[in-house]
Amino acid sequence: MSGKRPSILNSLGAGKYLFRRPKTIKYPFELKEPAPRYRGFHLNDWDACTGCGNCEDICPNEAIEMVEVPELEEAPEEGRTNLRPQINYGRCCFCGLCVDVCPAGALRLSRDYLHIHFDTDTFTFIPKDQKSAGEKFLPEEEYSVLKANLDHRRQDYEGFSQDLDFSLFRLDRVPMPQVPPEERKLSFIEQVIGYTKEEAKGEAERCLECGLCEDACPAGLNIVDYVGAIYEDDPDESLRQIFKDNPLPSICGRVCMKHCEDACSLGKQGDPVAIRWLKRWTADSIEDYKRSLELTPGEDKGKKVGIVGAGPSGLSLAYFLRLKGYGVTVFDSLPGAGGATRIGPPQYRLPLDAIEKDVNYIASLGVEFRFCTTVGEDVSFEEIRDVYDAAYLAVGNSDPLSTGIENADKAHLALDFLRSNKIGEGVEVGREVVVIGGGNVAMDAAREALRLQHMQHPETSVVTKTVSLEDWDELPATGEEVEEAREEGIQFNPAWGPKKIEVDGDGRVKGLLCTKVKSVFDEDGRFNPSFDEDREKFLEGDTIIEAIGQKPDFSFISEETFGKLEFTERRKVRVNENGMTSLPGVFAGGDIVNTNLDAVTAIADAKVASEGIDCYLSGK
Amino acid sequence: MEIISEKKKGGSSRELELYFGPQHLGMIGNFSITLNVRGDRIVRAEANPGYLHRGFEKLMEGRSWIQNFPLVCRVNVIEPGSMEMVYSTAVENLAGVKVPPRGKYIRCIYLELSRIASHLFGLWAYSKTLGFETVGGWAMYHRDLILDLFEELTGGRVYNIYIWPGGVRRDLPEGFEERTKDVLHEIGEKVPDYNQTFFENRLFHERARGVGVVSREEAMNTGGTGQVLRATGLEYDIRKVEPYGVYDEIDWDVPTREDGDAYSRIMVVRDEMIESVHAIFKLFDKLPGGPVYNKIPNPFKWNIPEGETYVRLESSRGELGLYLASDGGRKPYRAHFRTPSYPHGLTILEKALAGESISDTGNIMISLYVTAPEIDR
Repeated sequence: MSGKRPSILNSLGAGKYLFRRPKTIKYPFELKEPAPRYRGFHLNDWDACTGCGNCEDICPNEAIEMVEVPELEEAPEEGRTNLRPQINYGRCCFCGLCVDVCPAGALRLSRDYLHIHFDTDTFTFIPKDQKSAGEKFLPEEEYSVLKANLDHRRQDYEGFSQDLDFSLFRLDRVPMPQVPPEERKLSFIEQVIGYTKEEAKGEAERCLECGLCEDACPAGLNIVDYVGAIYEDDPDESLRQIFKDNPLPSICGRVCMKHCEDACSLGKQGDPVAIRWLKRWTADSIEDYKRSLELTPGEDKGKKVGIVGAGPSGLSLAYFLRLKGYGVTVFDSLPGAGGATRIGPPQYRLPLDAIEKDVNYIASLGVEFRFCTTVGEDVSFEEIRDVYDAAYLAVGNSDPLSTGIENADKAHLALDFLRSNKIGEGVEVGREVVVIGGGNVAMDAAREALRLQHMQHPETSVVTKTVSLEDWDELPATGEEVEEAREEGIQFNPAWGPKKIEVDGDGRVKGLLCTKVKSVFDEDGRFNPSFDEDREKFLEGDTIIEAIGQKPDFSFISEETFGKLEFTERRKVRVNENGMTSLPGVFAGGDIVNTNLDAVTAIADAKVASEGIDCYLSGK
Repeated sequence: MEIISEKKKGGSSRELELYFGPQHLGMIGNFSITLNVRGDRIVRAEANPGYLHRGFEKLMEGRSWIQNFPLVCRVNVIEPGSMEMVYSTAVENLAGVKVPPRGKYIRCIYLELSRIASHLFGLWAYSKTLGFETVGGWAMYHRDLILDLFEELTGGRVYNIYIWPGGVRRDLPEGFEERTKDVLHEIGEKVPDYNQTFFENRLFHERARGVGVVSREEAMNTGGTGQVLRATGLEYDIRKVEPYGVYDEIDWDVPTREDGDAYSRIMVVRDEMIESVHAIFKLFDKLPGGPVYNKIPNPFKWNIPEGETYVRLESSRGELGLYLASDGGRKPYRAHFRTPSYPHGLTILEKALAGESISDTGNIMISLYVTAPEIDR
């Protein structure tokens, strides 16, 4: 190049292109296909979208706003809101961060990018996809680029979509260390070991802070805040956040039914955040609640409330009312607090120490406990109503149900069995145990029986089986409980109904005769089992435990007063929005009121009642 | 046009103040130069930035670490890739995030494609300024072929939003290597035409040789980097002197020229494009398997430990740097870009224009690769 002197005629060489085909395409008669990964207008699968709002939070340009779509049904327990993202294309920069952060995988981008319209208001629009708005997505022959806009789009024109390897969230939970099944079934060692600080922080880090869990939690805990505080290395703040709504973190951190985790947006494609275990970590990591919380009882209001039942609901109400400055006395027939949580969940799931930790803190606020005091025997309910300014019924379902089949009296009742083992003298079990029932109490009874068998009959083979009316897919117990029971070697006989307990000449139990279940529920969805009488099965066993449910026991209330107590169609105590029953000044909560039958709902009831009692007693 | 001094003197000895841009046909970008001229000679030039100020550095302080990633590429529309790279590397330095080897290779392939696309854009601007419309058309077409590749790789044509902390945003699509090579071959086959029509054309030589000379000493004293420095014969390229990515794992050369004039700078750009094409082939040859991205923490909770870092890399225009500081929070405490066009477009341009003809204003400005958006960040 440098040697010869360049000529100005060189540029004429370009003239040869005059006779070639031009490279320019004749738009719009010829169209260029966007690449398969093209980042164009949004698509949103309305069925998968939960309305969690993570897209709104990540959007760097505030182009996304969550708007309410009234025709959509809300289902907080499944983590579904009726909010859907609305995109302002005047602001959107098509970066696609909303796609990478969508935990449900609902939001994608399409390859459409043309919007021809005279009205700039049409820039703001709520995306749907082909599934939910098929009429707007046209096949190639009906599509015209001259009419292209947000409502005139190409069919099957997906562009930039989610790839889980590149998502901005982590789907896998930090695994919870547990005692392996072979080891844990030999003793009552606590099965769940608990997170270390690093593990808890790692798990807390996964939370996307969308708050679907808070809507699902019956007690409405500030989950985002307390999980966030764990991530920020501030367990004290975490505990303070929990105690705003729940004074039983050690108990709930172990046995909560975790409605929150069912709603967690990360659970849509992967594992939900282990919210329950994180609460447990907070409770366990703090030695002394009092120092962390710095709560003091409210100024004395000079009024007293009597609480019947020291279960989760009664304990929580005592806590809430003490903070408001009311005097509180809690009556319970058991020698300690905890109610159903004290006697029900076996030691391997909820050790007594964990209960005492929460109870001791509540007691330290100045709550008076009268244990071993049975209302109706040691003190009458009417007396409580007279002496105290208000009363709270939180007696729970303490009366176990029996199947009533032949020789049912030879069987143990699950609640008595569990109570005796946890806080009583213990029960002797045989080498073959049959548990009737498919709920969580049945699982507790079976797994507890298995441990007792191993301890009472060491070095011999033992068998534990359950029999339930419900089939595998209908079992009322949580999947987790069933899975753990199976890991420990418990045998399941689903869809078999107990018919008769067979006994030998000496009155010793030989086993359980069952018939095949055709269906558990009738056409109206009501519990009404039907059996195939021709198909029978005999389950050998020397110990039989009935775990088919329990009901409340109101015998402590005099007949006259009981007559005035109103019930709902589902045989629950009817309460108003303040938690008050039809008896003036008598409030109620827990299993006798709600149908969830769990601790956290009982706490939620107590929260409502505490406000109700405050209003009632302060005359508001 | 305002006449401000020496009104009494008539004819060509009068000194006039003229505005070149922002609304001038010869101006590329939102930028203006105030020229004091006597006759058609420039006596004094003053560069005026500020027409495109968007306050990026301040904006970045209000956005989380991940939200800044679609923003930084907008600092410079000509070559967004290097902006993404400098930001991601700075965040990785502060947060201690590692990039998998394949991710590093893909980043370099993408950066070299960006460099070619950026140089073709520059060539379009330069050749059009000199009146070579045909060459400009070719350059724009070839740039478009690379934008097609970007679209396929990243989903976007200009703002690719592709390099992010931890690696790259998606793996190469199937067949991408072949299609990239096809495009590079297509461009390569056109090099003789480019040479004949433009680089070896006497019109270009006459217009560019000896024009806008920036000496090595001057360049070094005023912060000149990139082609400005390499056109003075100094083999200075950050990819060589302080290698990042995988530039130390492949064999490539730093093209230089000796004269420091517009011609040398444009020829360095030309050689660099060819060198980048070779580099991409070499990068594909050594491309390892495995993941391309190490997941970053949850963006809503991502606190980056307190600290500060300065990252620099060789953009198509010279040294691009980013000072990034974190106070331990979820957003940058301070971000400051060191963009090559800042010294090139302000101090060096003013000096280079002095004594030159008015008609060479655009010529010199574009040969210095002045890109207005990155001066006004």
